[in-house]
Amino acid sequence: MPSTNDALVMDEGKIERTLTRMAHEILEKNRDLERLVLVGIRTRGVPLAERLASRIREIEKVEIPVGVLDITLYRDDATTIGPHALLKATHIHFPIDGKKIILVDDVLFTGRTIRAALDGIIDFGRPNCIQLAVLVDRGHRELPIRADYVGKNLPTAREESVEVHLKEEDGRDEVHIVRAGITSRKGEPAAREKSQE
Amino acid sequence: MTPETGFRLRHKHLLGIEPLDSDEIRLILDTAESFLEISTRPIKKVPTLRGRTIVNLFMEPSTRTRSSFEIAQKRLSADSLNLSSSTSSVTKGESLIDTAKNLEAMAPDMIVLRHPAAGAAHLLSRVCRSSIVNAGDGAHEHPTQALLDAFTMRQKKGRIQGLEVAIVGDLLHSRVLRSNLFLLRKLGAKVRVSGPPTLVPPGLERLGVEVTTRIEQALEGVDVVMMLRVQKERMVHGAFPSLREYFNLYGLTQARMKLAKHDAIVMHPGPMNRGVEIAAEVADGSTSVILDQVTNGVAVRMAVLYLLSGGAVGELAA
Repeated sequence: MPSTNDALVMDEGKIERTLTRMAHEILEKNRDLERLVLVGIRTRGVPLAERLASRIREIEKVEIPVGVLDITLYRDDATTIGPHALLKATHIHFPIDGKKIILVDDVLFTGRTIRAALDGIIDFGRPNCIQLAVLVDRGHRELPIRADYVGKNLPTAREESVEVHLKEEDGRDEVHIVRAGITSRKGEPAAREKSQE
Repeated sequence: MTPETGFRLRHKHLLGIEPLDSDEIRLILDTAESFLEISTRPIKKVPTLRGRTIVNLFMEPSTRTRSSFEIAQKRLSADSLNLSSSTSSVTKGESLIDTAKNLEAMAPDMIVLRHPAAGAAHLLSRVCRSSIVNAGDGAHEHPTQALLDAFTMRQKKGRIQGLEVAIVGDLLHSRVLRSNLFLLRKLGAKVRVSGPPTLVPPGLERLGVEVTTRIEQALEGVDVVMMLRVQKERMVHGAFPSLREYFNLYGLTQARMKLAKHDAIVMHPGPMNRGVEIAAEVADGSTSVILDQVTNGVAVRMAVLYLLSGGAVGELAA
């Protein structure tokens, strides 16, 4: 919803080009494609992981397995917040021992989601390494976590929120910064990192 | 559903199916769906209820329900304490309320109660601060059993709405029956029940079921056959002449199973009396989902414990 409190920072074309660049960066850093797997963090990390996998397929003609991780049960505030988030299933249908995992999420903020995701992945086995790919890094880390692949560094104020919309979930591809107290559309779930504040 | 109301139970306790609405039942079943996967992992544990203490207070014998609750608690990383009537001061004459209040003084977060008296869980919910989970109270309710039964029906049949369900056996003493009747009616299944006239409680039709004393009539064309255990320990006076006669008239045999739909499933809450309410070849046959019920029970109980642990405590009493 265009208003002075809402700035569009990435449109569809920009998101597409960014993901293509990230796919190339992932391939540049990981030559052993046999061992490469992608794991998307619910909700919006999942379509991003699938899009990265389809770009890698176009570039290298190899199929990279994509897993889905729900971090709800690993949150550090799971039993202190009020109502629980709706729990959805985790699907990691391949063994992860010795694999190189690219963990994918939409927004990197406090780092608490990623901390939970690392705990979640370790419960499935012992990967060779875990790398992190995010569409937006908005700063304000509360834990010593950094991303290996960043779509866009987006300096923000703490009270602002970053909303990522993706076609698969929201019908359109857009990234917005929304000023304090205003959400672009009422009741619409914004980026996951926000809910971990 | 809005995130504010849709993803939580409106209740602090799980005392029965009767107080739940259909959205809450669906929420528990959907949540259980996600928990099913955890039991297939190499490391079958998530840290969600770390630091929570749950007391399992079992004043009646139970293998399945108690071990299922205990495994569910372990897989959620909760600390659990198991007390049964034989090992507690109940044998010294302590009342249920005193036992519970003394346990409460040690600050548990949840109490799972199995008790021979109907209403025991309600009683505790009025005097305790912890969340109470009813694991069976007399002939009243056994909500987690009905939830795992519904979960299994949905898993095998893809839906509950419109299913034809026959429930056969000891209708008089069965809390499993009552919880199932409430649940199946709320989710839109059609239920027929059958049992010996001496084991049919008066007024059962008022719960919205078709009652028949002929098992054949109950089985005709159903999608699900649920057998209830003959509760020999609760029969004060003989309700039927002999177990053999019971089997002849009400036992589920392969021949009788042919009356149900060709893809009908057979359920039993356990423990089974083979050769009394169910023939061994039906219990072990391809249509039996009795062991799936046990597997699903862990996921359903994980979902219940998880959902009751969230939400603003005390906002809405039972």
